[in-house]
Amino acid sequence: MNRVALKMLMGDRAKYIGIVFGITFASLLITQQMSIFVGIMARTFGSIADLSQPDVWVMDPKVMMIDDIKPLQSTQLYRVRGIEGVEWAVPLYRGLLKARLSNGSFQTCTVTGLDDTTLLGGPPEMLEGRLEDLRLTDSVIVDIAGATGRLAKPAATPEGRPTPLKLGDTLEINDKRATVVGICRVQRTFQSQPVVYTTYSRAMSFAPRERKLLSFILVGLEPGARAPEVCERIQERTGLQAVTRDDFIWMTMNYFLKYTGIPINFGTAVLLGFFVGIAIAGMTFFNFTQDNLKQFGALKAMGTTNGTLLRMILLQSSMVGAIGYGMGVGAASLFGYLTRNSELAFRMPWQVLAISACAVLFICVVSALFSIRKVIKLEPAIVFKS
Amino acid sequence: MTTATQFAVTCHGVTKTYGTGPDRVPALRGIDLEVAAGELLMLVGPSGCGKTTLISVIAGILDHDEGEVRVFGEDLKAAKQNARTRFRGRNVGFVFQAFNLLPALTALENVAVPLLILGEPRKRALERAQATLEKVGLAERSGSLPAQLSGGQQQRVAIARALVHEPRLIVCDEPTSSLDHETGHKVMQVMRSVALSQERALVVVTHDARIFEFADRIARMDDGRIQKVVSSPAEL
Repeated sequence: MNRVALKMLMGDRAKYIGIVFGITFASLLITQQMSIFVGIMARTFGSIADLSQPDVWVMDPKVMMIDDIKPLQSTQLYRVRGIEGVEWAVPLYRGLLKARLSNGSFQTCTVTGLDDTTLLGGPPEMLEGRLEDLRLTDSVIVDIAGATGRLAKPAATPEGRPTPLKLGDTLEINDKRATVVGICRVQRTFQSQPVVYTTYSRAMSFAPRERKLLSFILVGLEPGARAPEVCERIQERTGLQAVTRDDFIWMTMNYFLKYTGIPINFGTAVLLGFFVGIAIAGMTFFNFTQDNLKQFGALKAMGTTNGTLLRMILLQSSMVGAIGYGMGVGAASLFGYLTRNSELAFRMPWQVLAISACAVLFICVVSALFSIRKVIKLEPAIVFKS
Repeated sequence: MTTATQFAVTCHGVTKTYGTGPDRVPALRGIDLEVAAGELLMLVGPSGCGKTTLISVIAGILDHDEGEVRVFGEDLKAAKQNARTRFRGRNVGFVFQAFNLLPALTALENVAVPLLILGEPRKRALERAQATLEKVGLAERSGSLPAQLSGGQQQRVAIARALVHEPRLIVCDEPTSSLDHETGHKVMQVMRSVALSQERALVVVTHDARIFEFADRIARMDDGRIQKVVSSPAEL
């Protein structure tokens, strides 16, 4: 009877397409909006994810996320280095500084100062130049998005195109000369400013004079040391906040989830997709069943049990669900692929696909339930009514 | 529960009322009727006299209130719903006024449906369906959808569907009402020649006096009762 059920479903082409379209639209909207949400959330912790070497991040106890910088005294670095389980600890400067472009305009940059000796915490991918070139005088490394975008040299004519920064070009950061020695690629972050890497000591010279300038202490653990225990020891002995890399990622994400309207905005769109899916798919599927009630009645009269009818409806519902889900996810993937080089944040991990599948499954089950109830309660004597 | 009987259907004191309270509408008011195996019985009477209710009760798709109905000795009201549904699947064939063919299935597939319901493998079901379509003279249209068939052809497909699983009782509701005189006659000829056998009974509800000649007996109903049962149309 499975084939009969599918033929019944696909026989009414208009309704069949309507149901599949409804589920496709819902699946597309849910998957695409969730993928953008995940993409944006991933940008919030891009700067942390880029730094794979440190096991533990140490910071002021009041820090809530990566861009919430509350500088530490530089002596804290030595205190952390003396704690059992810590193999190495290096300073990291992170701050927003103004760079003066060749046309005289200013652009705020996220400046990251790396430990002068080890250069730990550098960019994940160098496109031009070498990380070690940071040891040259006045040297900085600029991310590709900044080099080709906001830090690019303005066009000479209004119709012209800006010239990207290249190796050897100079900038002024806080009135200090900076020479580009490398171009890197970093994960896009929630902040849209260009990212500039330099050494910690040079970053100190770029930054305005303040009593405390150390943003974070990056810690590597001794082999065999357990991160939670070391974090606890650091907190006990220094009064600072010490968290693992993963915990810091979650801290940052939670901050944005809690203090910004992002989840509500995207949640609304996802919910909209969900309800649109239920409305379109559910109503069309229900109408399809309603239109076929006499046929279901005839099948019932001819000896089809309620169990078989139930399976037939579930099969019909699963079929449109599977096709609609596949088309929706496919369309969302295509959207992601086409926008891969744009500013749009789009990330589609398997969890998004799983949640989307569950949502579509729910839509199909709800749609089927309305229909099943109608068919189960159907009196087969309906077949004799003209 | 099954008893040896020469009757396909026996009804004694059968009543059925629709609705409750002031909206009560008595449809059957004590029906006594017997249909022998090998017999084609026609139920005739004015609209609303209870004909369709009676064949619904006989076919086991509607519960009566009082009295006793046995189909080949089986008291369907006493059976559980699934058992009754399975009994219908095995023993009852239906021919509906509006044909009720599944529009998305070909004539062959429509005819095979009762066999598929009984769990017959698809290939075998289609073979048997093809053989039955041949019996009703529609073998060459087996691949056509119902919408591509004329009314008479659709009714013959419906008859083939009612016959394919070799049920012992066939109930027909106004099988010729949507057909012209000539086609109606052809359909009834098919019914008599192919459907009727010593082991099988046919109960046909009809308004169509032109087909009374095909009946072995005619039961005239009015106001929920059997008024008279005659052997020829002239006695009505």
